[in-house]
Amino acid sequence: MSYFFGKNMTGGYGGVDIIKNCTLEVKKGEIVVVIGPNGAGKSTAMKAMLGMLNLKKGIVKFKDKDITMMTPQDRVKLGIAFVPQTKNVFTGMTVEENLEMGAFLRNDNIHQTIDQVYDLFPVLKEKRKQTAGELSGGQRQQVAFGRAMMTMPTLLMLDEPTAGVSPIVMDELFKRIIEVGKTGVAIIMVEQNAKQALSIANRGYVLVNGENRRDGSGQELLNNPDVRKSFLGG
Amino acid sequence: MSDLLNALVLLANFLFIPALSYGSQLALGALGVTLVFGILRFANFAHGDLMAFGTMFTILLTWLLQSYGINFGFLPTALLALPFAIIITIIFSLLVDRYVFRFYRLKKSPPVTFAMVSIGVMFITNAIVRIIIGPKDRRFFDGEKFIIKVKEFKNLTGLNEGLAIKSTQVITISITIFLVAILFWFLQRTRTGKSMRAFSDNEDLALLSGINPDKVVIFTWLIVAALATTAGVLYGLDKSFKPFTYFSILLPIFAAAIVGGIGSPIGAVVGGYVIAFSEIMVTYAYKKFFIYLLPESLEPQGLVQLLSTDYKFAVSFSILVIVLLVRPSGIFKGKTL
Repeated sequence: MSYFFGKNMTGGYGGVDIIKNCTLEVKKGEIVVVIGPNGAGKSTAMKAMLGMLNLKKGIVKFKDKDITMMTPQDRVKLGIAFVPQTKNVFTGMTVEENLEMGAFLRNDNIHQTIDQVYDLFPVLKEKRKQTAGELSGGQRQQVAFGRAMMTMPTLLMLDEPTAGVSPIVMDELFKRIIEVGKTGVAIIMVEQNAKQALSIANRGYVLVNGENRRDGSGQELLNNPDVRKSFLGG
Repeated sequence: MSDLLNALVLLANFLFIPALSYGSQLALGALGVTLVFGILRFANFAHGDLMAFGTMFTILLTWLLQSYGINFGFLPTALLALPFAIIITIIFSLLVDRYVFRFYRLKKSPPVTFAMVSIGVMFITNAIVRIIIGPKDRRFFDGEKFIIKVKEFKNLTGLNEGLAIKSTQVITISITIFLVAILFWFLQRTRTGKSMRAFSDNEDLALLSGINPDKVVIFTWLIVAALATTAGVLYGLDKSFKPFTYFSILLPIFAAAIVGGIGSPIGAVVGGYVIAFSEIMVTYAYKKFFIYLLPESLEPQGLVQLLSTDYKFAVSFSILVIVLLVRPSGIFKGKTL
């Protein structure tokens, strides 16, 4: 029984299909990683599942509900949170305001969730009155991550959460992602740092040219000679 | 000593106070332009005529009130009419948005298209105003004209130079302070205000956070129409109402918004004063000022005026060009609220 899946998704921007017959699925409490070469359609597949792309074919379901035709905003209301790869914070607003905006749909008390985010990323508490635009790349990623957590999602979609951050920050971010996963939130993420990402993943997908090439548990993919050769640097 | 005081009073009377009130009017106008630019992402050329539209209704309602014998004591009756005129202007703005701008928003037209469309809206609004109230110059100020008269000031201080403070100047400055304070409080502290800033900052992420774009658009027009009407009425009370003037005031208003950093509300306020002070400082004749300060042998022969007042629009233009060359993003980095 799948929590969230997109089946046989085909589509792209304009006339060209970027993803073809692509299938991704996440089970409850799982961390799923999507890897593949540049231009393989990894981010596009994520956007398709979020509804930012018109699908020609295929179906997207969340909690057994067909959400293929839903707008991204409506999917957010269902408990799906998305962290885009770039432009993922409100640069002119303070860290705290970023978190508040993340909780815009909620009418209950959000301070507890803000505290949880600060527990997860203590540096954000220190900088809560600074604008997000003044922060370093790694700190911004944390703000973006925190903003998404504010909706108290049951499913978190991350588009390259560690893009452009130092290896130390990357390790730190992965640790946090595991922590969040342990709270029962299903996570699906696209990653360039394939080795580290697969090592924390329950399952992984390899996409090539917009098609599923391979899938399996994180460990299986790490041990697969083909995957090692193509994506993990031998 | 009294020469120095005389010189300062002279400057206060002819330069400082008029520039402060003119600057306030520009600031309110520029705030509207900057909000539309920051949130709806286009340069709204119809803003000057929106000001004229709101002012026209204020005048019509003022006449109506006056015909019933209602007035506002020592304050101008127009201030009583203003809230109702604001409501009419808000409705007008929302209708224009619904039937004109929304079409292009849904089509995701580029900003240039929006700017062109706003020029169309400008002509239509302009025509409506001229048809209803006519192109003539109208004064609609009533109530007490002066708070301090020249003669009173002279008698009080014994100085040669008099200081006159018009009630419109005090009204303009106090209303501006009040509105700007409320606006900043709203944008910084309230949920809706923050959601507007978020929308202006990063539209996609705002949508992903569940911010309702339609609500943001409506609130923007609500604020913009209120600011435009108030700015127009204050300008009209201080000077006079003439549709053509409101069309040409668009230039200093845009200059103010851009100089301050378009999209930045604080920039719009500062820009308004920068433009007003430079316009008046450059076109003021300093002859009398120097006569007070300099020994007789050095007294200036000419007017000591850098530019004739006919060129005052050239001043805003020049500042605009200089700022765009030196610091293209404006004094305060523009683009977002």
